[in-house]
Amino acid sequence: MSTHTFTLNGERVSVEVEDDVRLLWVLRDLLGVTGPKYGCGINVCKACTSHINGKAFNPCATPVGALSDSDEVTTIEGLADGDDLHPMQQAWIDNDVAQCGYCQPGQIMAAVALVRRSKEEGRKIDDAALDEIRNICRCGTYNRIREAIKAGADTM
Amino acid sequence: MPAHHAPAPERPASDGARSSVSRRRFLGYLVAAPTLVVAAEMGRQTLFGGGVPQASATAIPSPPLPAEVYDLLDLIRDSARPTANLIRIEVNRDGTVSFALPRSDNGQGIITSTQMIIAEEMNLDPDQVVVTLADARPELVFNQLTGGSTTTFSTYTPIRVAAALAQGRLLDAAAAQLGQEKSVLTSRTGLILGQNGEELPFGELTEAAASPVNDAVEVVLKPREEFSVIGTPRTKSDARAMVTGKKKFLTDLQIPDALPTVICRGPNLNSAPRGVANLDEVRSMPGVTDVAQVRTGVAVRAVTFGQAVDAVNALDVSWDGGTVEGEDDESILAAVRRAELPLAVPQTPGETVEGEFVFYFRSNSALETNCAIADVRDGSAELWGPSKSPIAAQAEIAQELGLPQNAVTIHVTEGGGSFGRRLFFDALQEAAEVSQVMGKPVKLMWTRADDSRQGRVHPLATTRVRAQVTGESVSSFEIRHTSVSTEVNPGFSEGITAAVAKLPLGNYSVSQAIYLTTQTNPYNVGVATSLLNEVDMRFNTCSMRNIYSPDTATARELMIDQVAAKLGKDPYEFRSGFVKLDRFKKVVDRAAQEADWGKSMPEGTAQGIAIHQEYKGIACAVVELDCRPETVNRRIREARTGPRVTKVTYVVDIGLVINPRGLEAQMMGGINDGIAMTLTSGLHLTDGHFVEASWDNYFYTRQWNTPPEMNIVIIDDSEAPEPGGAGEFGVAATCGAIACAYARATGTVPEYFPIMHKDPLPFEPYPTVPPIPPSPTNGLELAR
Repeated sequence: MSTHTFTLNGERVSVEVEDDVRLLWVLRDLLGVTGPKYGCGINVCKACTSHINGKAFNPCATPVGALSDSDEVTTIEGLADGDDLHPMQQAWIDNDVAQCGYCQPGQIMAAVALVRRSKEEGRKIDDAALDEIRNICRCGTYNRIREAIKAGADTM
Repeated sequence: MPAHHAPAPERPASDGARSSVSRRRFLGYLVAAPTLVVAAEMGRQTLFGGGVPQASATAIPSPPLPAEVYDLLDLIRDSARPTANLIRIEVNRDGTVSFALPRSDNGQGIITSTQMIIAEEMNLDPDQVVVTLADARPELVFNQLTGGSTTTFSTYTPIRVAAALAQGRLLDAAAAQLGQEKSVLTSRTGLILGQNGEELPFGELTEAAASPVNDAVEVVLKPREEFSVIGTPRTKSDARAMVTGKKKFLTDLQIPDALPTVICRGPNLNSAPRGVANLDEVRSMPGVTDVAQVRTGVAVRAVTFGQAVDAVNALDVSWDGGTVEGEDDESILAAVRRAELPLAVPQTPGETVEGEFVFYFRSNSALETNCAIADVRDGSAELWGPSKSPIAAQAEIAQELGLPQNAVTIHVTEGGGSFGRRLFFDALQEAAEVSQVMGKPVKLMWTRADDSRQGRVHPLATTRVRAQVTGESVSSFEIRHTSVSTEVNPGFSEGITAAVAKLPLGNYSVSQAIYLTTQTNPYNVGVATSLLNEVDMRFNTCSMRNIYSPDTATARELMIDQVAAKLGKDPYEFRSGFVKLDRFKKVVDRAAQEADWGKSMPEGTAQGIAIHQEYKGIACAVVELDCRPETVNRRIREARTGPRVTKVTYVVDIGLVINPRGLEAQMMGGINDGIAMTLTSGLHLTDGHFVEASWDNYFYTRQWNTPPEMNIVIIDDSEAPEPGGAGEFGVAATCGAIACAYARATGTVPEYFPIMHKDPLPFEPYPTVPPIPPSPTNGLELAR
């Protein structure tokens, strides 16, 4: 067991656990941060997608020991600015995207990273870009997800 | 008996007119309480009659199949009638109105639509209505089952009756307080308004409106013409909670000491454990608190799920061969074929069109895996789970634990998808057993591999169709569906069998009853028959956004295209001309118009059209499918690509629409399910186990499969007076349309589904021992 310290949603956290426990379980089972969801545990379904230093990553595939003191982890709980929703969250509500909602934290975090990356690369959010999203939605809300990402990209 | 007469006893005939239906009087109940509490009985209101099919004169009319006069929705509602049970609405002192819905919401939006129904009748803003999911209530018997797309159909009128009664009592109380006639008062957003501008909040009236005694009261419902909430698009009430991560699913709950628990499962389907060689070694692994053998495997309880998974994978367990040892897809198919019923209609002059289609196993795994929390103590048990049949769960678990039923409490949580899966409460049973054996609370979660390999499946089935074409018409159309048996929930069967006994059709098994009450033939095709035979082969099966219809519709619609071709008719032209009802024809014509049916398409691409009738509604899908090699063979890592559905037009008449935005969402989900079922998502049974262990093996629709264009059209002026069922209604017509488009694009009629089932597997199967694919460690390297 060793102590792991990093920044989570803007706050310093320390947690004592074995190095190889994946961050998903550290967040959910030890820190009580349950926005990132388990859907496969092998970085396929992307339901746990969160951000590390502004980039999308998957806590289910990240041993907590791989984090360094300076790493900033943002989960869906840390995306909004207080009560002010992130534009992508607002786009999700405007388009009434979520059905059961289980995959949606991961979908939104993936979408935000996709739009940031595309803007940096000067790439448009077109059907080809949307086709690359790997997050699974078993309720089948894909088409509203596409609409929401386009809308969110316009206001981000 | 006239063919077009509703056979069910106690069903008053419809007077047909919408407005007079609204003026009918219903019975509600005042409940003695300090504040206003009203109630209505589920299933005891005056019922609407018929919507009885009237055959068109253009083709040989088919007498209705049983489902056309008495379908599953009727059955579930009627089966509730003998149960004297009440649903209650309470007006709170803070002005809100609360209602505990005896149903399970797994994303279908019934909490929101229920808020809308109550708000409509009481002139509230839907946000002022607090709807929660009720705990298991044994007295509700059949009325706490969420399945078969029945929720809105069966709760719509009782909820309105209770709400209308509450509204009336509040008006009475306000009239007394203001000294004004009730008829001059109005209400809006939780206020009763007097004629001089007085405003009395519901919260201040609730005590005065309360009844000191229980009493039955006649109620008149708001006329449909005055609706201002029902029929308007509304975003889900928990949308904000869902996008901020605040919505709590089962494994998000923090129940004291309920630590993460995972079960080590065997290599074959339903393998049972015989013994464990290294119990003590695994007990000493990091984070592990308990290891215990249970009926379905070896349970590990640990501080984190990750540690429980590691311990499960370290267990050295000996297993039996499971329930289908040595079997594979083709051996099961052969057994199903041996059970096929003969086609029975004597050959008449003309031409015969025949087809036989195979539907392989498909996984009914939601994104939230099977899960439950249990805290079993001496003499009592408390459980939490996203259960669609909590009463049956309560009874069975009480029996298994050796407790009286009232010592078991089951809290229904919101689920992360269900599609039929959560009618089964196997996770609750397992959690109860593990908690009892360990003597501690447990938070049990199935892993993805558990869900995929050991979870419930849509059964392997065949559908045979034979149609006889005589001259310009179709003289017979026979369907024989043969299937690995579909398990029906134990809590289900009581109500259904009771209702089935009343059917004029005799004493059928439960699955026969469901088949007969869901299967219809929407066309005038002469003598139409549809029969089911099932073979029990010890699979874990269940409904998956319907049981039979996606398969039978696929077969029927493919054969309808062939029949149309024999008659020299275009697929759309045939459907428009041969559907039984004018209401259906309108939907078919609208779909063809919206989709620009018959437009010029490049070679290797095609449109397909299909219809489906069920749940008191009718749907027509037109899809565009791209089967060109450059599309079919496009490469995406760890993915099934294949033919791409590029556009879907879906027109649906489901009767009265409560929330069009929610209804559209249900159709969208059904369409994406239909794409998966028809093209990409099959389970492969090999040597006694399913090969697929996760989403990189089992190919549910992904963004690269979903149609970039989707046009869902909801008929908002349906002549049908009541809301029909929505949850499953997007699937069957989509499946049929894709199959038909594939045949037209490639010139080959597909004979098995998913169409890509026999293509080489684009993955290396995960081992079955250890049972859970280990989590990767390269997450940071892949950050982007």
